[in-house]
Amino acid sequence: MNDAARDRILARLRSAPREEVPSPEVPASAAPVSDRGTQVARLKSLMEAMRTEVHVLPRTEWVPRLQEVLRARAIKTLLYAPGTEVGAALRAVWDADASGLPELVAYTEPVEAFKEQLFAVDAAVTSAAGAVADTGAIILRPDIHEPRSMSLVPPIHIAVLKAESIFPSLAEAMQEGSWSADMPTNMLLVSGPSKTADIELILAFGVHGPKELVVLILE
Amino acid sequence: MAAEAFEKNVDRALADTQLRKNFAFAMGNFILKRRAVFSDAEETERLRDLGNAIKQRALSRLPELLEQLDAVCTRNGIRVHWAETTAIANRIVLEIIEAHAASRVVKGKSMVSEEMHLNAFLGTHGIEAIETDLGEFIIQLNGETPSHIIVPAIHKNKAQIAKIFHEKVAGAPYTEEVAELNAIARNTLRRKFYEAGIGLSGVNFAVAETGTLCLVENEGNGRMCTTVPPVHIAVMGLEKVVERLADLPPLLRLLTGSATGQLVTTYVNLITSPRREGEKDGPQEVHLVILDNGRSRIYQDPQLRQTLQCVRCGTCLNHCPVYTRIGGHAYGFVYPGPIGKILTPQVEGLDKAGELAFASSLCGACEEVCPVKIPIPALLRRLRDECYSSATESAVPGSGCKQNLAERLAWKGWAFLNTHPRLNRMVTTLLGRVGDYLPSSGPLERWMRYRSEPAFASRSLHGRIKEEGIADE
Repeated sequence: MNDAARDRILARLRSAPREEVPSPEVPASAAPVSDRGTQVARLKSLMEAMRTEVHVLPRTEWVPRLQEVLRARAIKTLLYAPGTEVGAALRAVWDADASGLPELVAYTEPVEAFKEQLFAVDAAVTSAAGAVADTGAIILRPDIHEPRSMSLVPPIHIAVLKAESIFPSLAEAMQEGSWSADMPTNMLLVSGPSKTADIELILAFGVHGPKELVVLILE
Repeated sequence: MAAEAFEKNVDRALADTQLRKNFAFAMGNFILKRRAVFSDAEETERLRDLGNAIKQRALSRLPELLEQLDAVCTRNGIRVHWAETTAIANRIVLEIIEAHAASRVVKGKSMVSEEMHLNAFLGTHGIEAIETDLGEFIIQLNGETPSHIIVPAIHKNKAQIAKIFHEKVAGAPYTEEVAELNAIARNTLRRKFYEAGIGLSGVNFAVAETGTLCLVENEGNGRMCTTVPPVHIAVMGLEKVVERLADLPPLLRLLTGSATGQLVTTYVNLITSPRREGEKDGPQEVHLVILDNGRSRIYQDPQLRQTLQCVRCGTCLNHCPVYTRIGGHAYGFVYPGPIGKILTPQVEGLDKAGELAFASSLCGACEEVCPVKIPIPALLRRLRDECYSSATESAVPGSGCKQNLAERLAWKGWAFLNTHPRLNRMVTTLLGRVGDYLPSSGPLERWMRYRSEPAFASRSLHGRIKEEGIADE
């Protein structure tokens, strides 16, 4: 934009004495490469410590479990993304019998036309693109089907994660997923519900993001 | 700031028992949290070495990386602006806001925006900047500045905060329940997020390789500011650039572990472009403002350059025996504590802020915990030297500001005295007899205020060695 300022700043930086610093290879995290079971267990215990509700279950059972989670909280409206695998599965079940279940709200329009509904729904369900076991966080990769505000604005966020997409560390997730070749508009690590310790370092949950995070890990 | 003003601040802070209690409690807590997450000393050392190497590598290629960041961000659709001074950075932000006819900005926590005094600037142009981080929200209500770079309202306890909320937030009841205070902030700000036309944030790391802006946070307000409004403005100091995405995992681990003792924050937010074709949300426009404000001058000096490795974790504050007793406001500048003591004098000039470099016992705690191993005590000594330097050219503005004739003459006299044996003998004998009766005034008066006078020995060391010899054992 302001090319003159840019050129002056860069010229000043270039005029400084230069030292060659050898480019060190960034080694992968020292996290031990472990089997899937250990990774699931570590992810679960770390995320639970951050007050996330984690369910580990066979993949055939996730829709009924989701319904239990929704009923237990008396959720009235559930935001979902019809264009995703998770969304399609929900649609099919809800179409068959929606009695006693929350109303499904589809995120199909640009936020400009959808903001009021977005801020009014009780909960949202999204997929998780993966997870990081050693620090305990799910990876979200919003796209044209699954907008990024789904995991942010509604007070309850439920994420569906396939156990095989868990990586031992963030470094490995980046490397194996070739992130640097294809970064989406927005990508996130989420380790729990929104929280703060700004008052006397006392933990309080649900500040501006979701008050609750539920993760379903499908084995 | 004049030495006297700083001293007054310190005296006032030391006398404030509530402030002392609040800081002692919070900082002690932070130290324990950090220790728990970095319990493996060997692994921590390995990580710190790595953090240091990554930041040194980034600094060694700083102009190239900034140029790459500019090019890649631009290709991704992010509009990049460069500002040599905070005044220009403020102007750039204002122009973007005015182009969208917005009157309100929701802000995520950003120390660079504090450095710019952005809120006050926007206020004079009729634009309301709303702080949305809980700590920032509290101090904004009370018209204060942050006292800590991670937990800005840590100088207040919950009773003080309860009073602020009750008095300043319409309809807020008096409550000391943290969950309820939190709910008041949530409800007040949710509407603001909904309505705001502009969101503003800082940047923790900017990745040159992919043009990605990395932001870490726990509350979700940062995500709100960068996701919901149609325009997102990110402001960063030019030292925030790193080379590649693979640099992030160790840096994130170091930053969150050092700052709050967390393995990972609630949210790590990676932003690479504005809303793309077909996407239903996210800002239509993303602007990145890259601020210099003296950094390119600091960069000229290979030793002082290490100041620019800082990742703003705040752990040097938590471990500093001075900061933990006087808090952040006493320093009188935006960045307090050890990092502030080396950064501020270089940005503002030694004549204005050189005093800060002397407010240290040089105990070295800051260097021991720094996640990127900035040798803060060595840099403090260097800045102290610069205050007395007589060099005509110096990397630091205001160098030589503390030079004075009396002190120069005193040192000349000292040197003369110690290179002339007969005179030396005479004076030491004399001092041995009458030294203890000299009045403690004159040029040493200020120095002696916090120190007890040494008693003069009746016989000089030279004399005793001559008579008694030296015992090796």
